[in-house]
Formats: sequence, structure tokens, C-alpha cells
Amino acid sequence: MTRDPVLIFTDKGIYCPAGDFYIDPWRPVNRALITHGHADHARPGHARYLATGIAAPVMRHRLGDISIETVPYGAKLTLGMATVSFHPAGHVPGSAQIRVEVGGEIWVVSGDYKLEDDGLSTPFEPVRCHAFVTESTFGLPVFRWRPQAQVGAEINAWWRSSLAEGRTPMLGAYALGKAQRLLSLLDTGIGPVLTHGAVENTNRVMRSQGITLPDTVPVTADTRIADHPGALVLATPSAFGSAWARKFGKLSTGFASGWMQLRGVRRRRAADRGFVISDHADWDGLNRAIKESQAENIYVTHGYTDIFTRWLNTQDLEAHVVPTEFDGETLDEAEA
Amino acid sequence: MKEFARLFTRIDQSTKTNVKVAALAAYFASAPEADRLWTVALFSGRRPKRAVTTTRLREWAAEAAGYPLWLFEEAYPIVGDLAETIALFLPPAQTDSDHGLTHWINMLRGLSEVEEPRRKLAVLAAWDELDATSRFLFNKLITGGFRIGISQKLMTRALAQATGKDEAELAHRLMGDWSPDTTTYNALIEAEVPGADASRPYPFYLAYGLEDAPETLGAPNAWRAEWKWDGIRGQLILRGGTHYVWSRGEELMTDRFPELARALDFLPDGTVLDGEILAWDGAPMPFNALQKRIGRKSVPKSLLRAAPVILYAYDLLEDAGADLRALPFGMRRARLQALLADLPKDAPVRLSPQLPFEDWATLALARSTAREVRAEGLMLKRADSPYLAGRKKGDWWKWKLDPLTIDAVMIYAQQGQGRRANLFTDFTFAVWQGNELIPFTKAYSGLTDAEFRQITAWVRKNTQHRFGPVRQVTPAHVFEIAFEGIHESPRHKSGVALRFPRMSRWRQDKPVQEANTLEDLKEMLRSFG
Repeated sequence: MTRDPVLIFTDKGIYCPAGDFYIDPWRPVNRALITHGHADHARPGHARYLATGIAAPVMRHRLGDISIETVPYGAKLTLGMATVSFHPAGHVPGSAQIRVEVGGEIWVVSGDYKLEDDGLSTPFEPVRCHAFVTESTFGLPVFRWRPQAQVGAEINAWWRSSLAEGRTPMLGAYALGKAQRLLSLLDTGIGPVLTHGAVENTNRVMRSQGITLPDTVPVTADTRIADHPGALVLATPSAFGSAWARKFGKLSTGFASGWMQLRGVRRRRAADRGFVISDHADWDGLNRAIKESQAENIYVTHGYTDIFTRWLNTQDLEAHVVPTEFDGETLDEAEA
Repeated sequence: MKEFARLFTRIDQSTKTNVKVAALAAYFASAPEADRLWTVALFSGRRPKRAVTTTRLREWAAEAAGYPLWLFEEAYPIVGDLAETIALFLPPAQTDSDHGLTHWINMLRGLSEVEEPRRKLAVLAAWDELDATSRFLFNKLITGGFRIGISQKLMTRALAQATGKDEAELAHRLMGDWSPDTTTYNALIEAEVPGADASRPYPFYLAYGLEDAPETLGAPNAWRAEWKWDGIRGQLILRGGTHYVWSRGEELMTDRFPELARALDFLPDGTVLDGEILAWDGAPMPFNALQKRIGRKSVPKSLLRAAPVILYAYDLLEDAGADLRALPFGMRRARLQALLADLPKDAPVRLSPQLPFEDWATLALARSTAREVRAEGLMLKRADSPYLAGRKKGDWWKWKLDPLTIDAVMIYAQQGQGRRANLFTDFTFAVWQGNELIPFTKAYSGLTDAEFRQITAWVRKNTQHRFGPVRQVTPAHVFEIAFEGIHESPRHKSGVALRFPRMSRWRQDKPVQEANTLEDLKEMLRSFG
């Protein structure tokens, strides 16, 4: 007897025939299970959403009036013939790997994940499965992260030296996840942290759901840098070079991203400093997560899919490239 | 290496020129003399002889990291730099080292003497005791191309700050045929022995392109005009009974142009000429005749006959052993004319003529005929200008012809390297022949970073086939390709080769059907080739 695979890869996204739902679909569908709130995973237009209770507030904030059900980590739901549960992915607060079990066969869709405990997100937990759908954003051995405390110390040292040179440090990072993680690493004994609107909106959502973040000073039209001596400005990369950025006087600019590992990217961004810190697993992290899943079949998506798949196949795993409409967080988007 | 690595980090972490120069000046003031000398050498394009091939480096790096070679080869184009790929690909160093820059350079130089197994052990051991930045720099010492955001000009400025010496004097001292083996820091930079090195050229004075109308330069009678030739800018030095030929890129090219040796028969010792090296058959030949001579260190007789060269001289920098650079151009030119006045027709040095003109309109008319004499346009030089060092604005201008242009369809794309790694920046363009697109040129430059990002995203989504790193894309985009010249080329399918092709405009307004045809290109070949 043949039966459908647990999950199939369609032009709308990952689909579960037994449960009649999609995971992180990129075209409007009736039922969407969402791993986390980043725009390439949580897209607008679905009739019904399902996500973790921690991920939901940010999704509501970003997608507006959506119909969303929530589920705690680890709770089992029955959707049609499928049993579904969400497990911590450690990527951003509320992010999940989605486990789907049909007739005893278990598939896990990782979404985006990292193994290091960032102190804000529920730490990644390996989930045993038969088939593991993994991202591969940094699926090359040249990407290896140092512990975040070391990077945090580097950023704080830059904050201090920028002030000593009479410059305001402006740190660029994604508004959702990375910005809050950096915030938790900053030494607010040095000075206040001024935040760009996009960052502060996410801060506000997270604070209201009980996530503790250091105090910040939202930048408004009336904000004057002279009133906030010693301040660091935390902004989205899009704010760099804008009229908004000019009100802070002489700047020292920094970006925080895994791509900053590459000197070519650092130079192209023309920022003064690049800090290597990512919410995605590095090379060793990807390999460890795959090993700990004990899966025999690996489906590789989002990133260096071809190369990483070939690598896994040399490791006696059955690995396949998942075609996707989006390259995930590619270099180009990271820089846009 | 740590001090040098700190210097590199400070340079690399800043986008501000004055910060880089200050960091380098501080290093020159404090580093050991031997390290200083090597730093000057590295930033002026001198490097230790390559002790290990890049093929071996890749193999050893993959092996040391415990990964298959193909994985390294995949990572390399993404990182975009071999030295950096190795530094990142290897696991973190296990031990630590306090050795300085000179130690590592000497170690590398010693490697060319030993057998490969020992060479390999030495390189692997070095990788295992250098931190990531030092490891990157160590690899750069092997692979060469020490381009890390410090030009020779900036290095010279930093040296001037550190020593209190004049920048132009230092620029002159750093020219010529020296290496850390033949000199010391003190002899090169500090010692008061001017002109010790007979081969040493003067720093070239380089012009900027004229972007405004020539009327903005003021009264025409303050200016002199000559053709701007399409050859190799060169300096011919006759000193101590021998001769030296330097290219503008500071390459000693004496042996490549043996014809110029005969200059010694006609011109006195203590003469330095600035001019254009051109292939010459009674008049300048097309650049591709000269091109055949450039890549060759020794020249076969047949080529000497087919593409003989001369120096078309336009300035006199040294006469009877005296440095003339401070004299006004008009006076230098008069002495140059006198010096070359009685040379026989077959002498390898000739005088590049000046173009008389009364007003800018006359000169503009002359400029429009530049292609007929195989010139790229005009040079405008202020009659009272001294011969400065480096690229300076104000007294000398290039007034080039507008380039030729053709609208072409992009058909292949390839990622760039270094700063352009991960961006599709290298494109192949085609023109129509009936319903077929015939490739005729590649181009790499002319777009903004934002445009490159836009086209990169498009290439990713519109790849039809992959041939290794090359992607065949849907023919959908038309670019205006600008170029300086066009030549017949049997090696190319299109039958033509372009000079200095680049993308001058992305014609997003133009459908692919309206791109130019091969016949249009051939017509240009007939008119301008």
C-alpha cells in the first residue's frame, strides 16, 4: 500500500495532506501553521493561523487583524489524521520547530533555529524524527559563531571607544529578535539605549507579554542627542544613512549579523564595525541539530541548500534540496 | 604578527582615510625596523616570492580542517578571497605565537628551499598558532595581492607623518627596483643619499578626466594641448650608461621593449623622458598590436617586426642629470623639443606633437577627429604647471572622446570576488543575428551597488542553466555598453573585441528585441576599427 508522504513540498509551501494544513506557506491558504513571526515565514492573507502563544503577539502586531489560535510548546493537537506539536527552536522568542506525526511517522520542520541559548528565546530542544526539514542559511564551514557573551563584550567596548572619540555608536539589527537579543547584551551602565521606532514597537510587544528587556528611550521627533549623553542608538539597517540618522551627529556605525563574518560583506556595507552574531545555527550547530534529530531523511531549505545537501549525503544521510520560492535570509536581503 | 594584525584590524574597521593613515603612522613610529620595512614593501606591491601554490594551499586547508576539498572549493567563491576562506575554514588555532611580521616572512621565504612535505608541515603549524586575523594576513603573504584598503599613496602619507619627511620625496624614494633584501629601512627612508639608485623613476603625474566644458579652464592661451594616446604610459631613464623603462604601474619593463635600448645611441646620459609606449609603423598602430607585446617578458623577432614600439615623448623630467620637475611645463617642453630635434627617423624616441589652437571651439573640433589618428582624445596641460607626483587636480586634464556605445542583451552572469563576492557582477552580453543572440563582450563595472543587488536577485530567480560558476539567464535585460575602441578578433565568435567595455546604463526602458545587431557592431568595426 502506498500512501502520501507526511509532508509534501508544493508551490504554496510545505503541505500536510493528512492534516490539510500548510507550514509557513507563502501564498494564501486556509490553514497555516507558523514557525515564527519573521516576514518570510509569517505571511499575510491566510484564513487561519496557528502558532505558539509566545509568537502570536508579534504576529498580530505585524499582520494586523488575523485569526490566530495559539498552542504552548509541547502540547499535542490533532489536525485531521495528523498529530501536531510545537517545540522550541531558539531562533527568536516564540519560534518553534513543528513536529507532525502521521501513522507513526514523524517529520519535523525546523523553521529557523539556533542552538545557543540567547537568554530571551526558549532554548532549542532536539526533537527525534524520521525526517527533518532544516534551514541552511549558514551551511558552510566558514560560519562558526563565538559565544554571545564575547560578542557582547566586543560591542560594549566599541560603545565605549566610540564615545571616547566623540561619536555616537549606531548599531543596526533586525527589529524582531536580534535587536532585543543585542539589547540584553548591552552594558546599560555605559549610557542609555535610544531605539528606532521599528525596534521599539517590537520591544513594546515583547514587554507586554512579560519578556524582560532593559530600559530604552524611544527616539521621537523631539529627541536631541545632547539630552542623552553616552547613548547608543539601536536601529534597523534601513535607518542607516537616512535623515533620521543624521540627528545623532557624528556616528560610528556597526552592524550585527552572521554575514559580518565575511570581510567582503563588511566592506560593502561600509559600516565602521561588523559584529558576528546570528539567530541562525552556524555550521557546527546545523550538523549537531541534524545528528540529534536522528532523522534519516533530511530536507534542506533556506540557504546554501545545494552545498549543504551534498555535504549531508557524504555523511551517509539521505538529504534532498527543498525547492523554495524564497532564498530565506540570503546575503542580498541581509544587505537590503 | 599580532602588532601587524592590530594595525590591519584598525585599518579594516574604518572607512575613514584619516583614521587609516593615523593607524599606519602610529605603526611606523613604533614597530621594529624590519617590520616597518616589510610593511612599506607590502603596501607598495612588493611581496615575498610565492612559496606555495594556491592549489596546495586549498588541499592542505581542506585536509587540516577535516573536510573534503569540494566543500572548500564551494566555500571559496562565497567568501570571495582565498586567504580569508582558509582562515575561516580551519578550526580555531590550538596554540599562540608572539612572532612578528618579519619572522613569518622569513619563514615563508625559507620554504622555497625545502621539499614539499616539510613545506606543508611548516604551513600547517603556522595555521595552528595564528589567530584568525593573523592567519588571514599570513595567507595573504603567501597568495599576494595585499590590497587591504591602503594604497601606496596613503602608505606614503602615513610614512610622511611618522618621519616628518616630505611626501613627494618619500614617493620618489619608494619608486624603483628595491626590495627588503637590497636595502634597509634607514637607507630607504631616512638616509641622506639622494639619487643613489640609478634605476629609480620619478612618480608619474596623473591627470583627472575633464567633466565640465573646457571653457571652465579659463583662457585658452594658458593651456597646451596634445593627443592622448592609447598605449602604455612609460618613463625612459638613461643613467650611468644604461637604460630603464618603467610603466605607470611601476613595473620595470626594460626587457619587454628592447627597441628602446637604442635611445642610448641618440640621447645623452642623465635623461629621463615621460611618454607613451606605442606600437608604431610610421604612425600609432591599434592598441591590440601593442597588447601582443605586453604579456611577454622576451620578444620573438617576428613580433619585433610585426609590432615595433617607440616612446612617443611628451615631457622631460631630467636633463643632464638635473631634476626639471619644478620648471613650468612650457620650459620643459621647449627643452624636450630641442633634445629630440635632430633625431633620425628610425630613432626609437619621437616627439609627440602639440596641437596649436586659438580657442576652445577649434580644439573641440580637433578632439572630434581623435579616432582618425588612433588617439583617445586630448590632454590639456597648463603651460606653467610643474610636474607633480600622483593624481592631482587642476593643471592637467584628460579630455577623452565620448565612448562608443551599443545596446546589448545580458545572457550570462557570474559572481564577483572580494568586495563583490555573492553579487552577480560579471556579465556576458550579446547582440542579435537574426533570431540568435551572439555573445560579443563581458563587462564588470558601471553599475551602482544597488543596481548590482537588484540584478543579483533577478539572476537568482531567472537562471536557466548553470555551467560551474556561470549562469545562463533568461534574455530579458538590455544594457548600454560603452567602450573605447573596437578591433577585429578571429578568436571571438562575434569576430570583434572591444576595448574597456563597461555598462554605462541599464536600459530598463528597452525591450530585448530592440537591442543592437551583430551587423551594427560590424559597421562600427568598419568605421572605427
